[in-house]
Amino acid sequence: MQNSIIDIEKEAFESIGQATDSEQLEQLSIKYLGRKGVLTKFLRNISSLPEDERPSAGKNANILKGKLEKEVKAAFLKLDTFDDKKFFGIDVTLPGRPILRGSLHPITQVAKEISDIFLRLGFDIAESPEVETDYYNFEALNIPKYHPARDMQDTFYVSENIVLRTHTSPSQPRVMEKTKPPVRIISPGKVFRCDSDITHTPMFYQIEGLMVDENISFGDLKGILTTFVHQFFDKDTSLRFRPSFFPFTEPSAEVDIRCVMCKGKGCRICSKTGWLEVLGSGMVHPAVFENVGYDTDKYTGFAFGIGIERMAMLKYGIDDIRKFYENDMRFLGQF
Amino acid sequence: MKVSLSWLKEYIHVDLEPSVMAKKLTMAGLEVDAVEERYDYLNNIVVAKVNEVKKHPNADKLSVCMVDAGGDELIQIVCGAPNVREGMVVPCALPGTVLPGDFKIKKGKLRGEVSAGMLCSASELKLNTDSAGIMDLEGDFVAGTPLDEALNVSDTVFEIDLTPNRPDCLSIIGVAREVGAFTEPKQTVRFPDFMLPESKIGYESIHDYAKVQIIDPDLCPRYSAGLLFDVTIEPSPFWLQERLESIGLTPINNVVDITNFVMMEMGQPLHAFDFDEVAKGKIIIRRAGSDTNFTTLDSKDHKLESDMLMICDGKRPVALAGVMGGENSEISNSTTRVLVESAYFNPISIRKTAKKTGIASDASHRFERGVDPDGTVKALNRAVSLMAQICDATIAKDIIDEHPNKPVPLELDLNTNALNTRLGTNLSTDAIGEILTSVEFKVEKTDDILLKVGVPFFRVDVIRPEDLSEEVARLWGYNNIQTSYPLVPAKGKLLDEKISFREKIRQIMTGFSFSEVINYNFINENSCDRLNLLDNDKRRYVETILNPISDQMSVLRSSLIPGLLETMKRNISQQSDTLKFFEIGKIFFATQKGSLPEEKEMIAGLITGNRSDSSWCSKKTKVDFFDLKGAVEGFFEALMIENIVFGKIEDESCLYYKDGYAAYVKSGDTLMGTLGKIEEKVLKNYGLKQDAFIFDFSFNAIQDLLPKVVTAESLPKFPSISRDITIIVDRTVTVGAILKQIELISKKEVLIENVFLFDVFEGQPLSEDKKSLSFRVVYRSTSKTLKEKNIKKLHVNISKIILDQFNADLPE
Repeated sequence: MQNSIIDIEKEAFESIGQATDSEQLEQLSIKYLGRKGVLTKFLRNISSLPEDERPSAGKNANILKGKLEKEVKAAFLKLDTFDDKKFFGIDVTLPGRPILRGSLHPITQVAKEISDIFLRLGFDIAESPEVETDYYNFEALNIPKYHPARDMQDTFYVSENIVLRTHTSPSQPRVMEKTKPPVRIISPGKVFRCDSDITHTPMFYQIEGLMVDENISFGDLKGILTTFVHQFFDKDTSLRFRPSFFPFTEPSAEVDIRCVMCKGKGCRICSKTGWLEVLGSGMVHPAVFENVGYDTDKYTGFAFGIGIERMAMLKYGIDDIRKFYENDMRFLGQF
Repeated sequence: MKVSLSWLKEYIHVDLEPSVMAKKLTMAGLEVDAVEERYDYLNNIVVAKVNEVKKHPNADKLSVCMVDAGGDELIQIVCGAPNVREGMVVPCALPGTVLPGDFKIKKGKLRGEVSAGMLCSASELKLNTDSAGIMDLEGDFVAGTPLDEALNVSDTVFEIDLTPNRPDCLSIIGVAREVGAFTEPKQTVRFPDFMLPESKIGYESIHDYAKVQIIDPDLCPRYSAGLLFDVTIEPSPFWLQERLESIGLTPINNVVDITNFVMMEMGQPLHAFDFDEVAKGKIIIRRAGSDTNFTTLDSKDHKLESDMLMICDGKRPVALAGVMGGENSEISNSTTRVLVESAYFNPISIRKTAKKTGIASDASHRFERGVDPDGTVKALNRAVSLMAQICDATIAKDIIDEHPNKPVPLELDLNTNALNTRLGTNLSTDAIGEILTSVEFKVEKTDDILLKVGVPFFRVDVIRPEDLSEEVARLWGYNNIQTSYPLVPAKGKLLDEKISFREKIRQIMTGFSFSEVINYNFINENSCDRLNLLDNDKRRYVETILNPISDQMSVLRSSLIPGLLETMKRNISQQSDTLKFFEIGKIFFATQKGSLPEEKEMIAGLITGNRSDSSWCSKKTKVDFFDLKGAVEGFFEALMIENIVFGKIEDESCLYYKDGYAAYVKSGDTLMGTLGKIEEKVLKNYGLKQDAFIFDFSFNAIQDLLPKVVTAESLPKFPSISRDITIIVDRTVTVGAILKQIELISKKEVLIENVFLFDVFEGQPLSEDKKSLSFRVVYRSTSKTLKEKNIKKLHVNISKIILDQFNADLPE
């Protein structure tokens, strides 16, 4: 039987040496190493050998199996048509076929995030035109012509009485003219100011908010805006409400949050104050209600305006507002 | 508005730390932007002792001094002061120090002698006006001590960003009043004491010299004036200059400085005329009328408009009322008689004049926001008495106080319940009254919940009870108001369809690997030309911005395409040349003048560059029209909008597309948009060199086609079989026409499930005007497994119809 192994070895090596293409090699591989191959058969028949020959026969057969496997592989490698996948599988570290990814503009993403918070709180979305009449942009909001408050916003004019809206606040009178209280709306959109430098772009985004009902108080304003800040930033963010002035609210309040960068220690972002101004708000001015025919004795309400770029900059650590409108794919692709 | 602490302390007791004070001001609504230590620069000046003085070898008037400035070694400094002597203790600026006026001290040589610093005079240090010699500190100081410490000078300046509703705080006393409301205990402002000196004998009443006539009382309800004789014009005393400089004003001369000082102290702008230049001693306040030109005291010429309010003398205008005085009557060094004006002007009139003339003066800033309508006389007397004192002048007896329209004091009825409801507070009526009293409202309790509140004249911003709620809220503290939550009924509404549609589009487009961009609404005014639009194209009706940032952004966009091309350009310049992006946004068409433009929402996108970059698994291939069309088809499919027709654009409506490479997309007769390859010249107009493909659709037109209901179809139970048809047709025959024909057939034949084109072949062995098209028809029955015999006849029939209709041949 020992002879037989030697014969097999000799024969196998000879035929492998003569093989010229992968098909022949494959067949030889099957012939000697396959499930029904010569070596398998030999091993299966070991039990028929005398007991003392069995161990060495098994051992030799297994050694030969290893030798042959190596030899077949080596022969394959020598062939021009060698296909290594058969033997080595694939190189899983090769990069995959690229798939392009489309991304949403960061402003869109942040606007949606903000909107979703207010939608969950029971607000609806109401949009209004980007080009506005002087009436809705100013007069209806208690900003008469020649009021110094007009200096607070540098306005783009299309004609004497048509402006690019300077804020999303015109949505307030527009919605109230068409709706009876209670009103709970937000109004996101583009606004425009005649201002262009490192910290200003002539177009930017705001979200207006308005809630009108019986017995709405300044305390409620604080409650809703605190909820918003806690959901958008995190629940440990402290806020302060600071007196300010908007002609269409009374009292008016700016909302500052503890600087998200330095946690209030004072840094460049917060000009060393530890606070960041994030939005303007206030109780709707009775003059605004009068302009839309609401009963000022019965209804009160609050309004607020959030700058979306500001929120996006704080959220993503962006330091230049102009980046949003340069549409550089290397920037947009990061979100 | 700048406020210096030392000045403020003239009217109120303050012992708060500057940072605490800043915070309290901010939380009271007077936002402090910056807090500066005014004498910070003295920290770099040291006390020095002059140990030795020698004559300068090369200059008669200079001395070479050895100075102990606290360091290890004596320092040599060349000094030109006549009063320098050995043993003198003086202020010394060492190299590197910056003195007021941005004067930097350097080590150098003066006429050959080393000088490593400067011994300073009081005026150089802005501590005094004395510039005759160096400052003799005359004290027992340790050399090297910082001067601010040695002299114990300090002052803090607060920069307050005042909101336009608070003109009452545009003065030091106004701010002091606010401070008094938050100090413990609350304080009221101490007004400056002043006495009008007796008029000297021989000088008569002002009425003997001057006459004031208000012709337009609607614009000037009150005009007060005082007259001074024997005025000596000279620089102001140091304390006065120092006050003005502390808040950023430049001293000019004693009379002008006093008018500025009183304006800053009390908030009432004043103007001083050289009375000898006032013709006939007459002051007439009237609209400009036919006067057309005026030169202000800054030597600038202004065009007048007929309704601008002017101060005139007996023959000509002498001041733009409330804005700026005239060159013709300004105070000069030879002035001896001065008329001081203290008036109240209509805010709107002042604002119009200031805007039109482009002058923003401290006076107009205050008048247009509203000064105290009852404050003219008090300020006038203050100024006149200071002038008598400082300018060595004599006051004419009496003042003029023309006052045709007297202001009516405002009284408000305040319901404290309503106030508490508005704020969400629970303050007692007495507590509310106390808060209002602290800022000088006159309060009278008429009922448990009612207050009669007298509004002081200077609070021009308070006109209704809600305004009082702000006073109470800010003084009580916004952050002391309890946070609460409104009751909102659990009655949700669906999102507006437009908003959910927009979100859906974004989802689909990013799924197709398009990135979202947002461009400005403004575009270059020549964009229509750049796009090659016809003269009668609707998109030429652009809205023009009257005050654009630049020519590049001077009209409102009437198409999203310019923005897309600009975005492409910007990215290519950053070496990203394979791009795929979209934008959703509004475009604008001008309508009638004075009316709002038409706003139309659009969805547009662009692809350019490579379909795939070269990599180990693929070769670089460029995108073409059909990459874009595939995206557009996929877009409509994702929206489940069917029956979309693509057709070639044959007219000249979109000349920015390359001729023959552009398609419209319609549903029925409704045009939804276009897509195509951008024409070479247009590319060139945008500085682009590589092909770009753009789609441009109307948001609303697509939204209208959205299926209202989507119903699931059951899946087929039986297998389909497919048969191919290959035909040879003229090249001019479109695939669309053939597919349409087959579709017509399939409407009658229920077994046809689907037909698609799977091969197009042109070239040998076909003749040049022919092409071969291969279609696969998929057949399926809903009731059984189809066999060849079930469809043979039908398939032959289809082939026949196509062969007939399109004059086609079968391949040989």
